[in-house]
Amino acid sequence: MSWTDIGSLDEIPVRGARRVKTRAGCIALFRTDEDEVFATSATCAHRGGPLDEGIVHGRKVTCPLHNWVYSLESGEAQGADEGSIATYPVRIDAGRVLLDLSSLEAHAAA
Amino acid sequence: MKRKLVVIGSGMASGRALEHLLEADPDGWDVTLFNAEPRGNYNRIMLSPVLSGEKSYAEIVTHDDDWYATRGITCRFGEKVVSIDRQAKTVTGENGTVEYDKLMFATGSSPFIIPCPGHDLPGVIAYRDLDDTNAMIEASGKPGGRAVVIGGGLLGLEAAAGLRLRGMEVTVLHLAGHLMERQLDPAAGYLLQKDLESRGITVLTQASTKEITGKDGAEMVRLEDGTELPADLVVMAVGIRPQVQLAKDTGLAVGKGIHVDDQMITSDEDILAVGECIEHQGAIFGLVAPLYDQAKVAAATLLDEEAAFKQRQLSTKLKVTGVDLFSAGDFAEGEGREDIVYRDPARGIYKRLVIEEERLIGAVMYGDTADGNWFFGLIKDGTDISEMRETLIFGPAYQGGGTQADPLAAVAALPDDAEICGCNGVCKGQIVKAIEGGATSLGDVKAQTKASASCGTCTGLVEQVLAATLGDDFKMPEAQPICGCTDLSHEDVRRLIKARELKSQPAVWQELGWTTPNGCHTCRPAVNFYLLADWPLEYKDDPQSRFVNERNHANIQKDGTYSVMPRMWGGMTDANELRAIADAADKYGATVKVTGGQRIDLLGVKKEDLPLIWGDLNAAGMVSGHAYTKGLRTVKTCVGKDWCRFGTQDSTGLGIKLEKRLWGSWTPHKVKLGVSGCPRNCAEATCKDVGIVCVDSGYQIGVGGAAGMDVKEVERLVDVRTEEEAIEWVVAFVQLYREHAKYLDRPYKWLAKVGLDWVQEVLADATERAALMERFDLSQSVYQKDPWAERATPETRRQYEPMADLTLEAAE
Ligand code: SRM
Ligand SMILES: Cc1cc2nc3c(=O)[nH]c(=O)nc-3n(C[C@H](O)[C@H](O)[C@H](O)COP(=O)(O)OP(=O)(O)OC[C@H]3O[C@@H](n4cnc5c(N)ncnc54)[C@H](O)[C@@H]3O)c2cc1C
Ligand code: SF4
Ligand code: FES
Repeated sequence: MSWTDIGSLDEIPVRGARRVKTRAGCIALFRTDEDEVFATSATCAHRGGPLDEGIVHGRKVTCPLHNWVYSLESGEAQGADEGSIATYPVRIDAGRVLLDLSSLEAHAAA
Repeated sequence: MKRKLVVIGSGMASGRALEHLLEADPDGWDVTLFNAEPRGNYNRIMLSPVLSGEKSYAEIVTHDDDWYATRGITCRFGEKVVSIDRQAKTVTGENGTVEYDKLMFATGSSPFIIPCPGHDLPGVIAYRDLDDTNAMIEASGKPGGRAVVIGGGLLGLEAAAGLRLRGMEVTVLHLAGHLMERQLDPAAGYLLQKDLESRGITVLTQASTKEITGKDGAEMVRLEDGTELPADLVVMAVGIRPQVQLAKDTGLAVGKGIHVDDQMITSDEDILAVGECIEHQGAIFGLVAPLYDQAKVAAATLLDEEAAFKQRQLSTKLKVTGVDLFSAGDFAEGEGREDIVYRDPARGIYKRLVIEEERLIGAVMYGDTADGNWFFGLIKDGTDISEMRETLIFGPAYQGGGTQADPLAAVAALPDDAEICGCNGVCKGQIVKAIEGGATSLGDVKAQTKASASCGTCTGLVEQVLAATLGDDFKMPEAQPICGCTDLSHEDVRRLIKARELKSQPAVWQELGWTTPNGCHTCRPAVNFYLLADWPLEYKDDPQSRFVNERNHANIQKDGTYSVMPRMWGGMTDANELRAIADAADKYGATVKVTGGQRIDLLGVKKEDLPLIWGDLNAAGMVSGHAYTKGLRTVKTCVGKDWCRFGTQDSTGLGIKLEKRLWGSWTPHKVKLGVSGCPRNCAEATCKDVGIVCVDSGYQIGVGGAAGMDVKEVERLVDVRTEEEAIEWVVAFVQLYREHAKYLDRPYKWLAKVGLDWVQEVLADATERAALMERFDLSQSVYQKDPWAERATPETRRQYEPMADLTLEAAE
């Protein structure tokens, strides 16, 4: 694990998301109503919609372009839609958001 | 020979440790006890009952002079320890030095004080010890005194409730969106807030303190948003920090707290630490239960016995008489976790259990917490609950098969004087009476009471009253629920929000029995609109409940870029504006297109450039064209009598006036206007949501046109003589639409439901028109703000940029 400090939790709106650019593509950091943080690929498996611009409800996000709904935890599309997005380890420590980059590099290599 | 034990801090943790130690070994220790407070140990958690007047200080003392004397403890109360010499093994207090064989830190924590201007004024206090409590009691002695409590957690709310009981005017300021956010979910937080408000306490959430002002003492608290709250007393209860300074100075290993191992030993083997001042495996502590465990372990360690401290699950209660809440474990929702939610809106009860792998892992309850300890036991023991899953939420006493929460409960719970039919002023009681008198169908009720006989939006509610009153004798027609989160239709939700004065999202989720914690992408935008349309002053628009375009104030394109469209009032522009648009197009690499709505679209702008291009266009005097909103879009005009040989009135001027009046307002769906100067109708006014055709004798106002998926011609609302009247009717019509239509119904769809007749009837009444205009203007006082100007600031610019760019770092 290599935890990288991305920024303060306050920078992500509650029930909202922010984008992080990486060499392996853009990652969306989501913050739920209960102040949990999830990290997934920011790109919708349908037609590449920006998931960090979706509506966050419960532990799910709805893509802004055509309403695919993803579980933030497993990255699986919900309901009738089929597809999935990558998820990444992330944690909060003393109000800071930490992302594990080792898994990212693994993704980039794969 | 007795061993010398020196204890720093006489609080709840060390008090318990001394009890264990001296009970097991009464003659083995020569104890010196320092305490900065000028008194011995008392039950700190009972300060709240002392504050509220339910207990006296004498009643909460746990160790009196006699207790210390019998055990031969040297008490040095009111004396702070200032330094420690670990080589010489001595402790120095303000009045002298003592030697130790073993030393115990029990310094507790200190309240965190927000370092805002004015935090050090007299009258600004924390809530930690007896002196603070006495200061509050004294301040409340002044008649009409006003207190502001900063912090809506456990301590702050206990302080607020106590001060209120003592007669002060109390306002609680809380930074988060709901009270006690660390222990409660938003639904329970909402109920708690409602409860406190019913006791006369004002609660402001998302309130950030800017400064405290006053001459000789606190007089006023000012918030970041400019709100000013007069205050004679300010209580800061925003959190605690382990008291570690002395330990740090002494050279012990310290993180957030003083590091200890499982035996409560610090980095120095002769020094122990217990209580809120410690850090154990990364955790710090703020409740007494774990401190008592630590005290036991520390005593055992001193006695050379084996013992190890283990962290365990904690539960929370709030000590405010009459407020019943309970929370324990982990209650965040998630994949593989299942929620069981039970809401009884009538009795203000909310229970939520979180289950993972057939085990209960968290519970939040409000209003009825009788089963709290039973649930807590299940959580701690990790009991397999698969057998009792169905009936689990009903508690240990219930073993006879679950009853479902009644979807009609919301309506059944309405009081008799709740207004059901707003048009005809019919209350629930009248409808129930009609039903008891023999009415069995919607038609009967309509005929006898006139309920739902006008605009019809209350039809669903009337049917529910029928169902609730008649039970199985009434067959409910199928109403379309908004989405899977509720059984209620849009119309029901709109009516209930008004009738029951629901003013926040959690209020809607709780009172209307939503089955999900915070809705979904279908219901949240609708409920957000209903709330802001009905309560423009009380409700704050929630950007996170809006689709991307409305949240980012630009239209998202298929490639993730955005389009930017400034307003061109009534389709008019000038060379300056065009130059600024051309410059912006160059600078941000935008494609330029003339739209079907008489203005210019700049396509392909990057998200991070949005605040910049807005700033440039603002500088040339242009504002957002709201091409992305459910709100006023374009007002298409023709050149009118200024230029055209057929023009009868100033159609361009009227269009601009209407656009200036209506822009910025949120509506159920988009609203487009057209104003043509004569019946040749070059502005296509007859296929707009509101279209005006100017004629010699005045203005023909049509409504309900469209030319999108459906093509509709307007129907004539009214003919008026003057421009003022035309504006008045249009504004009143738009407000009526805002107040009644279902989210995502264009006016023509709404008119098909309520009938043009009803709209004409309402608007024909001049007082009604005036009232509608007044409500519209009130809403505009909040919402008619250029979103570009508000966001073209450096702070907002950061929000439009990625939170971090790791592409560079990763390359290293
Ligand atoms: C830019 C523009 C097309 C153009 O290049 O001219 C346009 C572009 C879009 N229209 Fe439109 N409409 C545009 C004029 C129209 C018109 C013509 C008019 O207003 O005179 C109509 C038919 C008239 C009407 O609304 O009755 C029109 C009927 C629609 C509809 C169907 C609405 C309906 O009730 O049936 C939608 C879909 C919707 O709103 O749900 C839509 C939706 C859209 C959206 C917002 C689709 C979307 O959700 O992303 C398009 C955004 C493109 C973009 O990225 O900017 N657009 N759209 C026009 C902008 C006008 C302006 O200055 O604001
Ligand atoms: C109003 C209120 C209500 C609460 N309600 C609850 C509740 O309902 N449930 C619950 O579980 N917990 C509650 N708590 C928390 C609970 O009281 C604390 O967890 C507990 O008191 C901490 O015990 P402690 O011994 O670690 O520290 P303390 O009880 O704070 O004792 C530390 C002592 O050390 C002294 N000291 C510090 N530095 C020095 C020094 N250098 N020299 C000499 N002395 C020093 C301090 O003066 C203090 O007297 C409440 C707290 C407050 C203030
Ligand atoms: S008609 Fe409107 S919504 Fe359809 S592609 Fe053209 S701009 Fe987009
Ligand atoms: S691109 Fe996400 S749903 Fe189509």
